[in-house]
Amino acid sequence: MTTRPQRRIALWLLAVAASTWMVVHAHYVADLSAFLPAKPTPLQQLLVDQLRDGPASRLILIALEGGDPATRGEVARAMVAKLRNQPQFAAVEDGDAATVGRDREFLFQHRYVLSPAITAAHFSVTGLRQAISDTIDDLAGSTGLLMKALVPHDPTGEMSRILDRLAVGPAPRVEHGVWASADGRRTLLVAQTAAAGSDTDAQARALEAISRAFQPAPPGVRLRLTGPGVFAVAAREQIKHAASRLAIISSLGVIALLLWVYRSTTALILGLLPVATGALAGIAAVQLAWGMVHGTTLGFGITLIGEAVDYSVYFFVQSAGRGAAVAMQQWQRALWPTVRLGMLTSVCGFASLLPSGFPGLAQLGLYSIAGLLAAALVTRFVLPELTPRTLQVRDLDPLGNRLHAGLARLQRGPAVGVIAVLLAVLAAGVLYQHRQTLWNHELSALSPISPADLAFDATLRSDLGTANVLDLIVVTGPTEEAVLAGAERAAPVLQELTAAGVIGGFDSPAIFLPSLASQRARLAALPDRAVLSARLQAAVADLDLDAGQLAPFLDDVDRARSGAPLAAADLDGTSLAVGYAALILRHPGHFTALLPLHANSASVTPDLDVARIAAAVSSARLANTQVLDLKVQTDALYASYLEEALRLSGIGLLLIIVLLRFVLRSVRRVARVLAPLLLAVLAVAAGLALLGVRLNILHLVGMLLIFAVGSNYALFFDTAQITPGDAHPPRLLASLGVANVSTVIGFGLLAFSAVPVLQALGATVAPGAFLALLFAGLLCRPRSLRPRSGPELTHA
Amino acid sequence: MRGWAGLCCVLLGSAATAAGAAADDLDAVMHALAERSQGSASFVERHFLALLKRPVESSGELFYRAPDRLEKRTLEPHPENLIIEGDTLSIERGHHTRVLDLHAYPEFAPFVESIRATLAGDRSALERVFNLKFTGTAASWSLDLVPLNPEMLKTVAEIRIDGLRDLLTQVEIRETDGDRSLMTLTPDSTSP
Repeated sequence: MTTRPQRRIALWLLAVAASTWMVVHAHYVADLSAFLPAKPTPLQQLLVDQLRDGPASRLILIALEGGDPATRGEVARAMVAKLRNQPQFAAVEDGDAATVGRDREFLFQHRYVLSPAITAAHFSVTGLRQAISDTIDDLAGSTGLLMKALVPHDPTGEMSRILDRLAVGPAPRVEHGVWASADGRRTLLVAQTAAAGSDTDAQARALEAISRAFQPAPPGVRLRLTGPGVFAVAAREQIKHAASRLAIISSLGVIALLLWVYRSTTALILGLLPVATGALAGIAAVQLAWGMVHGTTLGFGITLIGEAVDYSVYFFVQSAGRGAAVAMQQWQRALWPTVRLGMLTSVCGFASLLPSGFPGLAQLGLYSIAGLLAAALVTRFVLPELTPRTLQVRDLDPLGNRLHAGLARLQRGPAVGVIAVLLAVLAAGVLYQHRQTLWNHELSALSPISPADLAFDATLRSDLGTANVLDLIVVTGPTEEAVLAGAERAAPVLQELTAAGVIGGFDSPAIFLPSLASQRARLAALPDRAVLSARLQAAVADLDLDAGQLAPFLDDVDRARSGAPLAAADLDGTSLAVGYAALILRHPGHFTALLPLHANSASVTPDLDVARIAAAVSSARLANTQVLDLKVQTDALYASYLEEALRLSGIGLLLIIVLLRFVLRSVRRVARVLAPLLLAVLAVAAGLALLGVRLNILHLVGMLLIFAVGSNYALFFDTAQITPGDAHPPRLLASLGVANVSTVIGFGLLAFSAVPVLQALGATVAPGAFLALLFAGLLCRPRSLRPRSGPELTHA
Repeated sequence: MRGWAGLCCVLLGSAATAAGAAADDLDAVMHALAERSQGSASFVERHFLALLKRPVESSGELFYRAPDRLEKRTLEPHPENLIIEGDTLSIERGHHTRVLDLHAYPEFAPFVESIRATLAGDRSALERVFNLKFTGTAASWSLDLVPLNPEMLKTVAEIRIDGLRDLLTQVEIRETDGDRSLMTLTPDSTSP
């Protein structure tokens, strides 16, 4: 304490300036990487790629409702025209005939490199005879008259083979030239953004562009959007809105409380300095450590208000009523060590979050540590220097006395120790009873998407035949050619699974663009004109088709033979380019091919037998090929976060015990400090379980916060018991009461939030903080608060 | 002159009478067809294509339900299910089902409406697509349908439907290029 006041203030101002600079220049990230692992395993990396950039993540499903179908069709066509030339959309489709025609033209022109049937055997006499005889049978069908024009060019039926292969899912219904829902009440469009689905800003811009393209809307027609990007943007808005609104309301509540307590604007403003400094320091520390700040970290910054404001409450209330200078010095000597220990206890708790593989949680840990440290340091070293010597805050002794009397009345009841033990046993019993369902291991527990929105999403997907891609075969490799070849090797296995009814079918990028090797092999399998002509004569000799009719076939094969294999760029201008791009992920140095699996439409459950698929894939010994079940993997990832967080919290608790044992030097005192906190956590957890709430990772963070906030209460009672002379009991009680009310205001508001993560936090901390104070008051039983003298505790 | 005039009158009168009788018969047939709310028949369809030396044949069953649902279930040589309901047409072959909007494929209209509108006894629907020529009597009739739309005329030259009272017995589609398909229908004995 040799630093002179001016130097302390200068140092603080410098730190605030530096932090502010960092906060202004920090890189704020609003995507879901906060929820993705920092050091992923290869399988997790695939998952992360999927969630961030996968085709499914970039899909926006657009529905037009109301009005009549013809009007909706016109609106849809106008929207497509406006959106297609915007570079932020990779594709906008409404099922219009022009695109379909262009696609068919392309497929027909390149049928001899695209058709999987092209082999040397297919063009032998036997092969030709079989294929042509099948085509003749097809001519007998209802569409015979419509398809007959193609036969002279394509007597072996390659075009219908390609079309069958492309149309895996049920094709959407077309009405008035555009896609429509099965019930005909909606007109449907699909947009695919160029930006990754995880780029929430880009998704938000895309949604705005779609809304603009919808204008001017004819009366009665409504626009509805769904898809991962829509959900991400809505969730972010919801959290932003809820967090900022709640932050304002709870700030106002805390400010009103402090004004009522202090009766001094000077004290109020001074009292907010530690909080503000803490918030700045927290963001700066996170930016320094990670080079970026997750939006969620900022969102939870609100939680710091509850804890950091306590420090100045302790300072002003506890040092009130005496000669200011003397009182402050006395506070620094007698009570600062307790605040410091409480702060260190919280730091231990939050430090347990630092090693978490869940970046969101690790950032929250560092943010809280830096914030609390800064707030406590400002309270200790800066506030006393800035506080005018003449500052008088209201004397809260009357309040303290009333609290004192209330606590004393409670303590006159049956032995509180027995009640505490009973309560602990009861709570533990409830938790044991609910142990199977206590924790929610699904990531959807954190999802702010309403079931109604999810149902709408599912309806549109089934109308469009866009399966919600949850199960995939993933092929990785160093080049595009390698992954295309890998996708082709996987095809026979998947065809067998389709035939066995295990899956309904699959998509593959190799359908749109076969590997160069396959294309070359197909081209090489095409015989030259003279050979083909001779074989054709022989093949149709006993068929009802005259070889003379098939000259166009000979011409087309000849042209195909002299053509070059297709490259990805050749697909441009057709909707096939979009289909292809969706299934190939390009990373620096490696490529990923995605083969989404479709459920068998005849199967009762939409869930695939992933184990059986994985077994088939592994027994086929396909290199670099894996089955990825997105839902299972995502939930496994979240479950691993939860498990890790639980383990780390245990370690945090141990750290706290070691710290307290070291400082307090008495196991008994450690137990006395921890008992009310553990009891509060147990009671809250049991209460939530009884209410049917399944706990998620944010409830766990909330429990850490109960420890952080409550440790101050328990330590003050403990101090008051050990050194009764230093603490003025009523004033101490008043300061704890005020601090507690401010915490309950802050978190209590969160409990009413519609955002699950915020709600979980609020519902845990608000009751937990109150119970922690109550239990601490009852169990720590400061001597000076006791109604009658009891056995003395020896000060170790 | 008078004789000529009389002859003209007679000729014109008798022509008018003949046309009137045909129109009455057409209305009677249409009315009888409209009375039926459903029906089924087995069919044999043969396509006579210039491309092929011999006609190709398919067979199966046809189901109709008023006012606008027609299902053609082909069993031989390749199973195929074609359902026309309202403005949509779906074709199911093997594992694949394709659903098409009839608005988007006007070229299907003559194939679809010739049979469906006739089964429905919907004369005005027929007249929206075709020029009608009725011959025969209500008991045994033929209906020649010539597409009105010049685009359609490029593929379909004429469709001729034969029937006995409220039953269809044969549908012949003549294409502009000379190909034709002939579908003969045998009403199911179970059908009313």
